[in-house]
Amino acid sequence: MKTQKKWDNLATDTAERMAQASRFIGNGKRVEPKDIVGLLEAVIRPGDRVNIEGNNQKQADFLAESLLKVDKSKVHDLHMVQSAVPLASHLDLFEAGIAKKLDFAFGGPQAGRVAKFIKEGKLELGAIHTYLELFGRYFLDLTPKVSLICAYEADREGNLYTGFNTEDTPVIVEATKFRQGIVIAQVNKIVDKLPRIDIPAGWVDAVVESPRPFFIEPLFTRDPALITENQILLAMLSLKGIYAEYNVSSMNHGIGFLTSAIELMLPTYGEELGLRGKCCTHMILNPHPTMIPAIEEGWVDTIHCFGGELGMEKYVAARPDVFFIGPDGTLRSNRAFAQTAGHYAIDMFIGGTLQIDPWGNSSTATANRVAGFGGAPNMGCDAKGRRHSTPAWLKCGAELPCMEDQIGKMPRGKRLVVQGVETFGEGREPTFVEELDAWALAKNAGIELPPVMIYGDDVTHIVTEEGIAYLSRCKDMDTRMAAIQAVAGYTEIGLKAKPETTRRLRDAKIVQTPEDLGVDRNRATRDLLAAKNMRELVSWSGGLYEPPARFRNW
Amino acid sequence: MALNTLEFECKSTAATVAVAKPVHFGVVGSGDLEILMSPAKNDGAVKVKVVTPVTGFDDLWRRVVGAFVENAKLGNVSIEINDNNATPAVVTLRLRQTLAEAAA
Repeated sequence: MKTQKKWDNLATDTAERMAQASRFIGNGKRVEPKDIVGLLEAVIRPGDRVNIEGNNQKQADFLAESLLKVDKSKVHDLHMVQSAVPLASHLDLFEAGIAKKLDFAFGGPQAGRVAKFIKEGKLELGAIHTYLELFGRYFLDLTPKVSLICAYEADREGNLYTGFNTEDTPVIVEATKFRQGIVIAQVNKIVDKLPRIDIPAGWVDAVVESPRPFFIEPLFTRDPALITENQILLAMLSLKGIYAEYNVSSMNHGIGFLTSAIELMLPTYGEELGLRGKCCTHMILNPHPTMIPAIEEGWVDTIHCFGGELGMEKYVAARPDVFFIGPDGTLRSNRAFAQTAGHYAIDMFIGGTLQIDPWGNSSTATANRVAGFGGAPNMGCDAKGRRHSTPAWLKCGAELPCMEDQIGKMPRGKRLVVQGVETFGEGREPTFVEELDAWALAKNAGIELPPVMIYGDDVTHIVTEEGIAYLSRCKDMDTRMAAIQAVAGYTEIGLKAKPETTRRLRDAKIVQTPEDLGVDRNRATRDLLAAKNMRELVSWSGGLYEPPARFRNW
Repeated sequence: MALNTLEFECKSTAATVAVAKPVHFGVVGSGDLEILMSPAKNDGAVKVKVVTPVTGFDDLWRRVVGAFVENAKLGNVSIEINDNNATPAVVTLRLRQTLAEAAA
């Protein structure tokens, strides 16, 4: 007789755990804050894959701290699978032996401890991912058994409102719940009626009202007062030599001051170049406060957001033609969808980096910090699965001199991936280096691959105060290296540039100086910024933008 | 903060540009610097004095100021720089701006 094979082990296991936890869970799946440690001990088993929601913005911080209080004889050696580890408590879990292994995307402020713990054997590193890659693995081989998530509000049944900062919640909950896992939510408040339901109660097992609102970082707020003239020069070069040159309509902007400068110069220099209506019409971007003047001037058709940005709630809600707004009138962000658009749909990624090597590989890793990638590599690469065309993508692809060696006479486009850097960074550290610190980090932390943010074959343009290297126009590695040297200034790499070679590259429009592009360096002043400080951003927004206290410097 | 003084001389291969009167430009803010450029009888050379809180960048200063002097064809000038951790990009920018101010 055939033995009956059991096909519902996962659900049975979850049911057993939930039975043990039931004494802590009241009406509407509600758990009292004092019972949360007991609940976690009941539902989590040694070696479980556990997710603590948190990325570079909102954090399930109360649940993270509660997990740190469990009895280590009951809960230990957990395999943490989560977007980011920016909180001290995330790493304290490894110090305490509650967690053992980590698969993640972004280190943030704890990057130094990640490296140290790996070296000391306290933390076993699975891999450093990009967001999309990690989300993908949630549905493959890294599905969480228990997820500790974060929402603004829950109602009396356990439905959740994640609102403005929806971010990673849907992807975590979907992966966990539909693999019969357990979802526990911390919320700021339990209310009678939610503005809208982002996560249905049926996908949530327990809800706790956190003793204090979850931590959220205003990571994308840049004070215009801190933008320098060199950043303005780089922004002029980018707008004239890349945005206008390729008619780039859709893009993602990185987090740095260069892209803030570009955003603030759309209504001034961009307008002068006639780019309104052509460039920056569709953007995958958090609600950057520095985008306010361009939005107000009618540049932007659509912005979809990975997450929210503190202080921008009212402004965004008042611009529903531009942002993705729920029936309740507030923003719905979603990291997985924004990253998907950022990977497949946009024409260009532009951002900064810490180091670029002689071949054009770039990295933000330093020797003793496992910083991770976040989402940049998904946008800072050519999406090989892309099949729709746009003018910018086609033009960049048509420039590639070596495409024919790969696919013969078949036309194909290419994503523009732009690295905007000053040749020397903080403390006069050269940006252009013989060897990326990523190599030393790989060695120190025992990682197989040096963590490269953007590979050289994906970078199409490097912008520095010396000019633009159009790497998309380089036929071979020698030309590429010479083009990089030509814009590397007084760094050791830059000193290798041969004047006659640089001259030839300029004639071939592979390297263009500000003068070649007709960019007047003397105009690179703060007069080109549509808003020069936080207060002017507030004025542009008609008082709708409410900067966090630390940015209220007037 | 201890300050270090660096003095050197550079010479353009085709020095034809001088300044008529002393000119001052810039502010010693963080990551910035001030420059004083004045006429001097230096046998066509440019004398440079840099006061900076950081050490270990002597060659870099020579390269950056030397390239500026060469490109600007500058001669018979004294340049005094009070630096507060400016990057080469900022140094070059301020040198250009100082010279533009002198010509104005």
